[in-house]
Amino acid sequence: MSAFIQYTLQGLAAGGFYALAALGLAVIFGVLGVVNFAHGACYMLGAVVSAVLLDVVGLHFWPALVIVPILMFLFGVLLERVFVQWLLRLDVLYNFLLTFGIALVLVDLVKRRYGVSGLPYEQPAGLRGQLHLGSLSLPTYQVFVFAFSMLVCVLVWLLLTRTRIGMIVRASTEEPERTRALGINVNRWVTPVFGFGIGLAGLAGVLAAPFRAITADMGGNFVIILFAVVVIGGLGSVLGAVVAGFLVGLVEAYGQAYASSFSQIAIFVLMALVILVRPAGLFGRQETA
Amino acid sequence: MTEQSAPTAQLEQTAEVAPARRSTVRWVLLAIGLVAAIALPWFVYPPVAMDIAAWALFAISVDLLLGYTGLLSFGHAAFWGSSAYVTGLIAIHVGVPFPVAILGGMLFAMLIAVPIGYLSVRRTGIYFAMVTLAFAQMIYFVANQWHSLTGGENGLQGIPRSFFGIEQVETDAFYFYYAAVGLILLGAWAAWRILHSPFGRVLVAIRDNPARARALGYDVERYKVVVFVLSAGLAGLAGGVFSISHGFASLQELAWTTSGKVVLPVLGGIGTLWGGPVGAALVVLLEDKLATIGFDGIGIITGSIFIVIVLLFRRGLWGTARTVLQGLADRRHRAPRD
Repeated sequence: MSAFIQYTLQGLAAGGFYALAALGLAVIFGVLGVVNFAHGACYMLGAVVSAVLLDVVGLHFWPALVIVPILMFLFGVLLERVFVQWLLRLDVLYNFLLTFGIALVLVDLVKRRYGVSGLPYEQPAGLRGQLHLGSLSLPTYQVFVFAFSMLVCVLVWLLLTRTRIGMIVRASTEEPERTRALGINVNRWVTPVFGFGIGLAGLAGVLAAPFRAITADMGGNFVIILFAVVVIGGLGSVLGAVVAGFLVGLVEAYGQAYASSFSQIAIFVLMALVILVRPAGLFGRQETA
Repeated sequence: MTEQSAPTAQLEQTAEVAPARRSTVRWVLLAIGLVAAIALPWFVYPPVAMDIAAWALFAISVDLLLGYTGLLSFGHAAFWGSSAYVTGLIAIHVGVPFPVAILGGMLFAMLIAVPIGYLSVRRTGIYFAMVTLAFAQMIYFVANQWHSLTGGENGLQGIPRSFFGIEQVETDAFYFYYAAVGLILLGAWAAWRILHSPFGRVLVAIRDNPARARALGYDVERYKVVVFVLSAGLAGLAGGVFSISHGFASLQELAWTTSGKVVLPVLGGIGTLWGGPVGAALVVLLEDKLATIGFDGIGIITGSIFIVIVLLFRRGLWGTARTVLQGLADRRHRAPRD
């Protein structure tokens, strides 16, 4: 039983990365209609930048948790202004291809600068060791990742549902024309939302830094699993991205525990099942085909 | 979300050139293409020439979906790679001449394309790209885990190149090129035949207006699955030739970066059939050049090409050239009438 709880926690921690990054992907898609292939590369950059900042300026985990997402936000704004904005009026496939190109460039740039072996990052003070709850002993860092990513998801949820900015963003996601007709400048929110989504991917990267091997390739498979996550959750749905993120994390962790050869494969089998039963995803609205 | 016409729809130029002249141009191009395919190993190192031919067919197979049916498959590595493995396994364990092994690999690629296609066509547009990519990654993990069969990380080594005991073909890459390029040309011809059949016209109709095609009574999903399987067969044929040519099959063949070779038809110009080979030749030659000078950041170059093409030359090289030439031809054609 205690082993099962440990696997569950492991899954929820991994799910936290997926949920945060998928949330960013979903928000960007909602407002810009862009599926960002560079999302995995941005997750990787978040981790690499934290490792480099720790090494060069001695910036620790806690400040990095705030500073790196802000840097990634700015990077996202830059990407949107320089590249993405020119293709927003065209079919979504063009930006998919564009961001794929950006991902290739980012990964190889990091590879050339920092090599293929992992960068070191030690577990932050205060989050090392095990947390003892009665007879259970759980890795503190995993508990933290789960709690923290849940917290961020809830905050984003509140931001989207309880504030005026969130209301505008949701309105421009669902009814861009009508929102414009109501006199709201939708275009003003495009750039910050893209930056915000990239910032979330970067935040997932910072959280992953003490936990995963930091290499240029860490985002490659990650982004494909993110795609599976949003297909499962329904790409237009913010709630779907979060729920499916944790679900996929759990599937992966149980897979590793009970059938280690099939842990990655299980995620895609889950995706195939969802497509069969609910093509629009668990929380997605049905496409009229 | 309503069904929209594919992005490539507006790219095809409906040329106002007399049909007779069009067909002359087509024959001249065909002749040039054939001569290029035959002369290639005289000008570039034969194994590289073989790579160009294989990637050219891969590009054509992607274009069949992207340019003519409006489906961006980001998972063609699954077919290219699985055929590379199956071709290799047949060549190693059965010892048949290599075209037979490649045929086996191609059939296997088509076989796995049936369920993948069936599931993927349930989603359209960008979802289709994401879902095919995810399924290709699944195949990658299966190959990675199945050590006993695929050699896992080490890949499949020592694939023989047996060809009816004709020693030149079996050992010399120059002669092998001529033995194998026929298969590639056969694949390219098949793509051309598919597109110029009634079936191909239905594909274009689906690309341009899926709702109307459906209203006319065509089973859109079934057409998409069929063309998906055919396209997978062509990608598989190319992947089989590639693995025989190299003598090994590695996980690289199944990786998502291989699926990313959709850059080839985009670079050449989607919806043109000729664009794919042009893009393949450019990229393979460039990568070969970079590898010889020891530059290890090929992704930086390929990625940048991707970015520039998508931002500035969405018609691709062939498409841009064709538009320009047609513009010139039209002007000359009209001149006497004025």
